[in-house]
Amino acid sequence: MSFEPRILGFLCNWCSYAGADLAGVSRIQYPPNMRVIRVMCSGRVDPQFIFEALQQGLDGVYVMGCHIGDCHYLEGNHEAIKKFNMVIKFLSIVNLENRVRLDWVSASEGVRFSELVSEFIQDIKNIGPSPLRRDCPDKRLMEKLKAIERAAASDRIRALVGRERKITEQENVYGEKVSQEIYDELLNTAIHDEYIRSRILILLEKEPKSVKDIAAEIEIDPNKVLENILVLKGRAQVDMSEIVDITPIYVRT
Amino acid sequence: MSKKSDENPRIGVFICHCGSNIGGLIDCKKLAEYSGTLPEVVYSEDNVYTCSETGLNAIKKAIKDYNLNRVVVASCTPRTHEPLFRECIAEVGLNEYLFNFVNIRDQCTWVHMKDAEGAYKKARDLVKMGAARAAKLEPLDKVSVQIQPVALIIGGGVAGMSAALNLNNQGYETHLIEKEDQLGGRLTSLHTLFPSNIDASELLANFVNKIQLAKNLTIYISAKLRKIDGFVGNYSVEIDKAGEIIKLMVGIIIVAVGASLFIPKHMLGYDGKKRITQQELEVILKNNDLNTNNIVMIQCVGARNEERSYCSSVCCMTALKNAIFISNKNPGAHITILFRDLYTPGTKYEAMYRKARELGILFIRYTEKKELKVEENEVRVFNEYLGEEIIVPYDLLVLSTPLIANEDNKALARLLKVPLESNDFFLEAHVKLRPNDFATDGIFIGGAAKWPVDITEAITQGYAAASRASTILSHDVIEVEGTTSYLPEWNKNLCSGCEVCIKVCPYKAIIKNEHDEIEIIQALCKGCGVCGATCSKQAIEIKHFTNEQILSEIYACGGRDVY
Ligand code: FES
Repeated sequence: MSFEPRILGFLCNWCSYAGADLAGVSRIQYPPNMRVIRVMCSGRVDPQFIFEALQQGLDGVYVMGCHIGDCHYLEGNHEAIKKFNMVIKFLSIVNLENRVRLDWVSASEGVRFSELVSEFIQDIKNIGPSPLRRDCPDKRLMEKLKAIERAAASDRIRALVGRERKITEQENVYGEKVSQEIYDELLNTAIHDEYIRSRILILLEKEPKSVKDIAAEIEIDPNKVLENILVLKGRAQVDMSEIVDITPIYVRT
Repeated sequence: MSKKSDENPRIGVFICHCGSNIGGLIDCKKLAEYSGTLPEVVYSEDNVYTCSETGLNAIKKAIKDYNLNRVVVASCTPRTHEPLFRECIAEVGLNEYLFNFVNIRDQCTWVHMKDAEGAYKKARDLVKMGAARAAKLEPLDKVSVQIQPVALIIGGGVAGMSAALNLNNQGYETHLIEKEDQLGGRLTSLHTLFPSNIDASELLANFVNKIQLAKNLTIYISAKLRKIDGFVGNYSVEIDKAGEIIKLMVGIIIVAVGASLFIPKHMLGYDGKKRITQQELEVILKNNDLNTNNIVMIQCVGARNEERSYCSSVCCMTALKNAIFISNKNPGAHITILFRDLYTPGTKYEAMYRKARELGILFIRYTEKKELKVEENEVRVFNEYLGEEIIVPYDLLVLSTPLIANEDNKALARLLKVPLESNDFFLEAHVKLRPNDFATDGIFIGGAAKWPVDITEAITQGYAAASRASTILSHDVIEVEGTTSYLPEWNKNLCSGCEVCIKVCPYKAIIKNEHDEIEIIQALCKGCGVCGATCSKQAIEIKHFTNEQILSEIYACGGRDVY
C-alpha cells in the first residue's frame, strides 16, 4: 500500500535549516511530504512537541540539528540526544519509536538533507500510515500516548534527563561518576513507573475505580497497580473515595 | 515583553510569486485566497515581488487600511529576507516581532519542481502553520549592546592585511593575528603577480611598510586564537602567541585565514626536484635558479576530481604567468602546458593566454578518461583530436595543484561557531546577499578562506569584509535580537528550584539570585532554548519561540484537511 505520509520536521536555524535552504538554492529535488518548523537549536525541541505531533496523527517526526561539535550554542545537540533517547524509550512502549528520527545536517549539506528526508519519507511509507491518523485514530493507542506525554512531562523524568549529562559525564563531590548503564537503568525504571502512574491517573480522571478494574484496563498485575496507587496517594494525586463491599475505590484528587 | 498582549490578532498574509520562482510552479492567487480563510486572517494578497518597493508599500497600506497587527509573508527564506520585512512593518509602527516568515521558495517550490500539486499542498500547510504561529506572536524589545570599537583579524595574508589597514585607516583599534612567523601568507612564496607582473615581494614590502607605520594596529605573529566568548560588539578573545596568552575585547572578527597548497604526494612522479609544484617553480624563479629549456606543466593535478570537485581558479593563470615569464627571459625555451580546460576569465587574463600563444607556448588538451603517463624524461598524453598518444619530453615537470582548505579550519570554525562548506572552506551567510558575512553577527569573512582567489580578489574581499565590519564598529550601540529565554512573572510559582536549567545552560546565563529565585541574565542568554525544553516544570519561556507558538504550528500542521 502506498500513501503520502505527513511528516513534521524541526530544523535548527544554524545548520539544518540552512542545509535545507541550500538544497533549494542547488535545486536538489525531494518529495514534498515534510513540513518544517524552524527552531533556534535542536536542543529547543521539547519532548512534548514530538508527542503532540504524533497525537495529531502525523506519520513521522524528524528532528535535525548541527553535527556534534558544531552546534551554534556549543552543546544544544548533546541535550537534544538525551531528550530524544528518552522519547524513543517511551515510544517503544507503544511501538511508535520508528516514526521519529534525529539526524545532523550541516549548512553545506544540501544533498545530505534531501537524501535523509527522502529516506525517512520512504521508511515511513514502508511502515504505513500512523495508527493515530485523524480519520480513524486508534483510541486505545491515543490514550496510551497521552499517558506517555504526561509521564514524560513529570518532574521525575524531566529532571532526570536534564541532569543526565551532569550525572554520567561529570564526577560528583566524591569523585564518582555514574556509568551510562546505571543511568539507563534508572531512567528505564522511572519511565516504566511514571507511564503506569499516568495511565492510572488518566483512568481515574474519567471515573473512580478499584484497583482490580484499573489492572484489567491497563493490563498489568493488580499488585503493581496497588503499589503505584500508594505512591500517587503519597503525592496527593489520588485518594480513596469509598469502599464498596470490601473493595476500596480510588479517585483523582 | 512584560505582559501578554490582549488585543485580538488581525493577520495580513502576503504571498510572493518571486517572479516565476514561486508563481511559476504554484497558484499564488489561489494560495492568497486560501490564506484569507484562515482563522484571524483579515487580509491577504499576492505580489509579484513582496520584497520590492511596491510589495513593501502594499504591506504598509494594508496594515493601515485593515488595522493589521500581525503580518505573514510567504516567500524565499527568513535567513535572507526576514530583516527587510521586519523593518517594513516597524516603519508603520508595528513591533517588528509581530512578523512571521513562511518559506515557500527555498524549501518548497525550488525543491519540488516536478510536483506542482505536492508543492502547493505543502505551501498551503506552511502558510496555515505560519498564520497560526503569527496569531500567537508577542511584541518584543530589542536589546541594546555597546560596541567595542576594536577589530580582530585572523590571518596576516593579503586579505587580512588589506582588511586590517582599511579598518585601521578608519580609526579603529585593530589587532591582526598570523599563525606563521611572518606576515604575507601566500604572498611570501610567490614570485611575480598576474596580470600586472609586479614582484610579489614588492607588494608585500608595501603592505608591511604601511602596517609598521600604522598607529593602533597590533600584529601578533606565531599566534593563534585560543578561546572566544561573548557576542557582537563584545567578543572576549584569548590569543596564544607562542605560549604567551593575550586577552582582548573586540567588537568584530574577520576571518581571513587564506588557503593552503595541495602537495601532490604520490602523484605523477612528484619528487620536489625534477617534478615539482608551481609554488616550487616560483621559488626557483625568485632565486633565478632555472637552468633548463624543456618544461612541461600539467594543470588540474588533484583538482576537479571526485575528491576535490572544485576549480581552484588561480592555477591556469599561475601557469600562464610562469610560462610567459620563462619564455620572455629565454626565448629558446620549450614550454608545453597540458590542460583539461583552460579558464582565463575577463579581459586581462584572456589577453595573457593570447600572449602565451604568440610566444609559442604549446597547449595540449588531455582528458580525465585517459590517464597521463609520466616517465622519467617524457609525458605520454592521449590527445582526443588526433586520437593518438603524444610524447612530450621534459627536463622539468611542473604540476599545477589546487589551493585547499587549511587543516586547522575545522578547529577555528568550531571555536567561532561558524560553518564550513563541503571542502572545509568557510561558508558565508549567503553567496549573493551576504557574501562577506557569517550568519553570526559580528563575524566576517574575506579572501581564500572562502574559496581559492587570486591576489587581486583577496585584496578586494579584504576591503569588503572591512567595510561590512565597519557597519558595526561605527556605532556606539547597536540593537540585537531580543529573543532570549526568561522566567515569566506568571510562571514563577511553577519553578520548583530544581536547577536543571542552570546545569544545561551553556552560557552560565542562569543563576539563583539572592532571593533564592531562578534568574536569567538577559545579556548572557543567546536564546538557544535548551533551558525551556529541559525545565522540569516547563516554566521557562523562550521569547519568540514559546511553547504556545510552536504548539500552534504543530496543531495547524496536524489539521485534517490535507491529503
Ligand atoms: S544550533 Fe543546530 S543543533 Fe544547536
